[in-house]
Amino acid sequence: MFPLHLFIIIPLLMLLCLWLARGIKAVRGVMLAGSSALLITAISLVVVYLKARQAGAAAEMLFTTDFTWFAPLHINYTVGVDGISVAMLLLSSIIVFTGTFASWRLQPLTKEYFLWFTLLSLGVFGFFISIDLFMMFMFYEVALIPMYLLIGVWGTGRKEYSAMKLTLMLMGASAFLMCGIFGIFYGAGGQTFNILDLAHHTNGAHVIPVAQQYIWFPLTFVGFGVLGAMFPFHTWSPDGHASAPTAVSMLHAGVLMKLGGYGCFRIAMFLMPEAAKALGWIFLIVVAIGVVYGAFSACVQTDMKYINAYSSVSHCGLVLFAILMINRTAATGAILQMLSHGLLTALFFACIGMIYHRAHTRDVRELQGLIRIMPYICVCFVIAGLGNLGLPGFSGFVAEMTIFVGSFQQADTLHRVLTILATTSIVITAVFILRMVGKVMYGVCKNPDHLKLHDATWDEKIAITTLVVCIAGLGLAPLWMSDMINYSVTPIVDHINAAATQLTSLTSFLIP
Amino acid sequence: MDYSYTVLILLLPFLSFLVLGVFGKFMSHRTSGLIGTLTLTVVTLLCYYTAYTYFTAPRTAEGTYAVITAFNHQWLPFFIGGLSFDIGCMLDPISVMMLVVVGTVSLAVHVYSFGYMHGERGFQRFYAFLSLFTMSMLGLVVATNIFQMYLFWELVGVSSYLLIGFYYTKPAAIAASKKAFIVTRFADLGFLIGILIYGYYCGTFSFDFEGNADKIAAGAAMLPTALLLMFVGGAGKSAMFPLHIWLPDAMEGPTPVSALIHAATMVVAGVFQVARMYPLWIEYAPNTLHIVAYVGAFTAFYAAVVACAQTDIKRVLAFSTISQIAFMMVALGVCTEYVTGHSHPGSVGYMAAMFHLFTHAMFKACLFLCAGAIITIVHDNEMAAMGGMRKYMPITHITFLICCLSISGIPPFSGFFSKDEILAGCFAFSPVMGWIMTLIAAMTAFYMFRLYYGIFWGTENVKYHAEIQPHECPATMTVPLIFLAAVTCVAGFIPFGHFVSADGMSYDIHLNWSVAGTSIVIALASIGLATYMYKGSTQPVADKLAARFSTLNKWAYHRFYIDEVYQFVTHRIIFAHISKPVAWCDKHIVDGFLNGLASGSHRLSYLIRGFQSGEVQQYAYVFLIGALAIVLLLII
Repeated sequence: MFPLHLFIIIPLLMLLCLWLARGIKAVRGVMLAGSSALLITAISLVVVYLKARQAGAAAEMLFTTDFTWFAPLHINYTVGVDGISVAMLLLSSIIVFTGTFASWRLQPLTKEYFLWFTLLSLGVFGFFISIDLFMMFMFYEVALIPMYLLIGVWGTGRKEYSAMKLTLMLMGASAFLMCGIFGIFYGAGGQTFNILDLAHHTNGAHVIPVAQQYIWFPLTFVGFGVLGAMFPFHTWSPDGHASAPTAVSMLHAGVLMKLGGYGCFRIAMFLMPEAAKALGWIFLIVVAIGVVYGAFSACVQTDMKYINAYSSVSHCGLVLFAILMINRTAATGAILQMLSHGLLTALFFACIGMIYHRAHTRDVRELQGLIRIMPYICVCFVIAGLGNLGLPGFSGFVAEMTIFVGSFQQADTLHRVLTILATTSIVITAVFILRMVGKVMYGVCKNPDHLKLHDATWDEKIAITTLVVCIAGLGLAPLWMSDMINYSVTPIVDHINAAATQLTSLTSFLIP
Repeated sequence: MDYSYTVLILLLPFLSFLVLGVFGKFMSHRTSGLIGTLTLTVVTLLCYYTAYTYFTAPRTAEGTYAVITAFNHQWLPFFIGGLSFDIGCMLDPISVMMLVVVGTVSLAVHVYSFGYMHGERGFQRFYAFLSLFTMSMLGLVVATNIFQMYLFWELVGVSSYLLIGFYYTKPAAIAASKKAFIVTRFADLGFLIGILIYGYYCGTFSFDFEGNADKIAAGAAMLPTALLLMFVGGAGKSAMFPLHIWLPDAMEGPTPVSALIHAATMVVAGVFQVARMYPLWIEYAPNTLHIVAYVGAFTAFYAAVVACAQTDIKRVLAFSTISQIAFMMVALGVCTEYVTGHSHPGSVGYMAAMFHLFTHAMFKACLFLCAGAIITIVHDNEMAAMGGMRKYMPITHITFLICCLSISGIPPFSGFFSKDEILAGCFAFSPVMGWIMTLIAAMTAFYMFRLYYGIFWGTENVKYHAEIQPHECPATMTVPLIFLAAVTCVAGFIPFGHFVSADGMSYDIHLNWSVAGTSIVIALASIGLATYMYKGSTQPVADKLAARFSTLNKWAYHRFYIDEVYQFVTHRIIFAHISKPVAWCDKHIVDGFLNGLASGSHRLSYLIRGFQSGEVQQYAYVFLIGALAIVLLLII
């Protein structure tokens, strides 16, 4: 038994201590202790989880706890984890840990910054451990709000516009989501918010009528999809990232966008398998376009953060793409891709942030020959680039290959064509990554101001080194992670696939 | 025989890479070079030991060498259709042969680089990348399955990228490294899709074709497509037309790198891949295999023509590499029949391709290293800066000459024997192909001797030489040259057919004197022509010809403007007409719609805000009008 409440208690304690803390040293101490504690908790969770599985624990969710919270509406505090959420919790704790170091020297209003930062992490952790729909939605909202302030106050450039745009779009999405969630709740009989009960029709939940699923599925999928930067609702992401401070970009692209993919899979598709089967192809076409669209857009950007943001649109598109393939391999690949993209994009944003902090520009046309001036940051930057374009030995390769092999198992023409379309993104990604690396890192620096810049400080080194090690670790030894994820993906995918038989007549006229 | 030690062949270079990559900057140049070279010496010795034990072990009952899987571990499971991604080590005649090739050339290059890279900034980085490359290349050749091959294929690609861009302050080097990576990556897309098709329809990625014969037969219908797509990947790596454009530019890298990666090992990966899949090609797609031959023949011809007009010595060698690799591709492509039991002429090409791969690796690496030696002395790549170098660099001169004779196909040097087998294979396929390839072989002799005379004889740039004082290179550089030249002298007499042949049976190479005689005569004639045209201190004939055919000369010098075509397609079409509109559309339409929504609601609120004026009189009016309206409604 593992006390999952720790993931909520630790951030709450951190918030309390931060509130009480006086002086920047105390704030840093709290953050260091808290984020390390979270990282240790997440690592021990992985160990305990794997041991439990080895010992033969076969339940879908482990370490579940259930308290009634608000009886009239059947809202419970229910937590539990499976392989997918364990992987996501590990990712989140790594990003929070490295994000703390990446914003070690942030000024001014350090204390307030870290307060919002911790609140954001609280929302993220809470989201991943919940198995109660309502609670999940609540944590989702908790994670969204701090973003407005973090960008609006500590951001750069057109920060008010970006913060407002990001918040409004995500709030709009959560309006969709709320409709979807209540639709699911009442559609299934209005007796429970528990995801497992809703999926398996236990504890008073019954099958959501298919006609209703056709309404709630698109709402829920789009609601989560916006957060997962689904084309064409991705435009908040480039502007938002460009204005956000380094650690916020890391946390946002690294973790928050994963909430989208996770929600699409665990809620939209798992709870409404019939609709997912019948309508999935529409979304599949959209996200497949998004994968290539994001990559092409990145080719002509000049701001490094925009390049990475569009690259994220492409890579997160691949997550949704793989989920919609509805088979074990592709879904495992999707979760691996979430992990891998989370780490890689965080590393990328960290390096870009560090360069920006020194050079005060992110424009690829104004930067040159940085590798001689700040070798440590730039080597990590090159590693992030190569990892992003799917070099073997880094996590991206593992995830992409799993996705492509999985997607290729769907033999009908539509899936085939879309899979081949999606694979072309690996070439386009190479184009924009190498263009950026070639312009910014290589060559001779001609700007005298840039020659005086210094390399990474110790705290920055901790942040980026941790990420590089994690990326290489996942890339070199993916077996345990992919096994753990696959074990938990299987029941979900099987559940969705089992629904297909009930709907053959309908699918036959919806799918060309 | 236990071969589990072969894991060290992959592990040692990887460790050396990690050590040099992470701790390199704390080491002196000497230490890091020694670490790299010593590790590689051990690896090379292990390769030789493996080859020795493998080829001296008794053959199986059928008369072939046993295929040994030294180890094979699941690296990434795919959970579906029994597919998984394994990493292992498979020993069979061609992989063992490749171990020897890669080990030998890599060791020679490691030693040579001590002298060549002496005092260069980034010396440690250079050795780290060389180790990475060697590890990847060895992993590629011992792959037990097509996916492992793809993994290491990408890794050799990135090592090549990093090494071409070694002088990262030079814009040309940056552009060349980017180009090499992107072009091969584009080709690898075909490879990947081929693998996916193969995996889906045949249910396996393994190279154990006999063990999976049933599964593979089930996917027979899609095999030609899958194999052809894989060949696209191979064509990218092996610089087949029209994917060859990256290789000449790749010469921006340090010359030892060109010798190792862009002449001897990485660029033959495509040939090796076709050879690896050869049993499937010949059984399921024999007619598709001929496409390989046609692509190869065209590439060989094109590259030979271009090589005749280049003036940069490394570029001449680069085009000669393209042409020679194309010879190997042709040799594989002209294989027609697979007859177990005796070696039919239809399958001699397989052996010939592997033989030529072996001999070419040695003499072409030597040629490049010679070119490197000259370039370090002259500080220029252009032939105009050279001429008359034979006086200053006798060792380089002799080794270069030996390799030139070898590549031209003059006995008793190794190139003669392997090229003769290729031509024999081509003649067995069709006389037309045979004569075309003989003609291209003649062109090879011509442009190689044009190069030779241009460097070592011809017009000497006396003024420049007086300034730079040319002299012979240090021993670290000349010893590898002598070694490789010596191998070139004797390698032809290796009974290669006993080790590698299409059906695995022992096969005696016997010279077909009608083919061999013709090719010798033609090669001698072209050498004679080259001597006549380029040996003298003035070259009236060559100049006259160049003036007479100035258009052809100009087009060949500019490589028939293929690069410009690519430039046009990528910049004018893809960048300007796809990427830019996509980005525009993103900003103005997708985002514009949302911004429009925001400003729309803003304007709407502005319109209706008049209702909330706070003036009691206005509210009273509205109230009255409303009440009146209701009353009216009720009355009517």
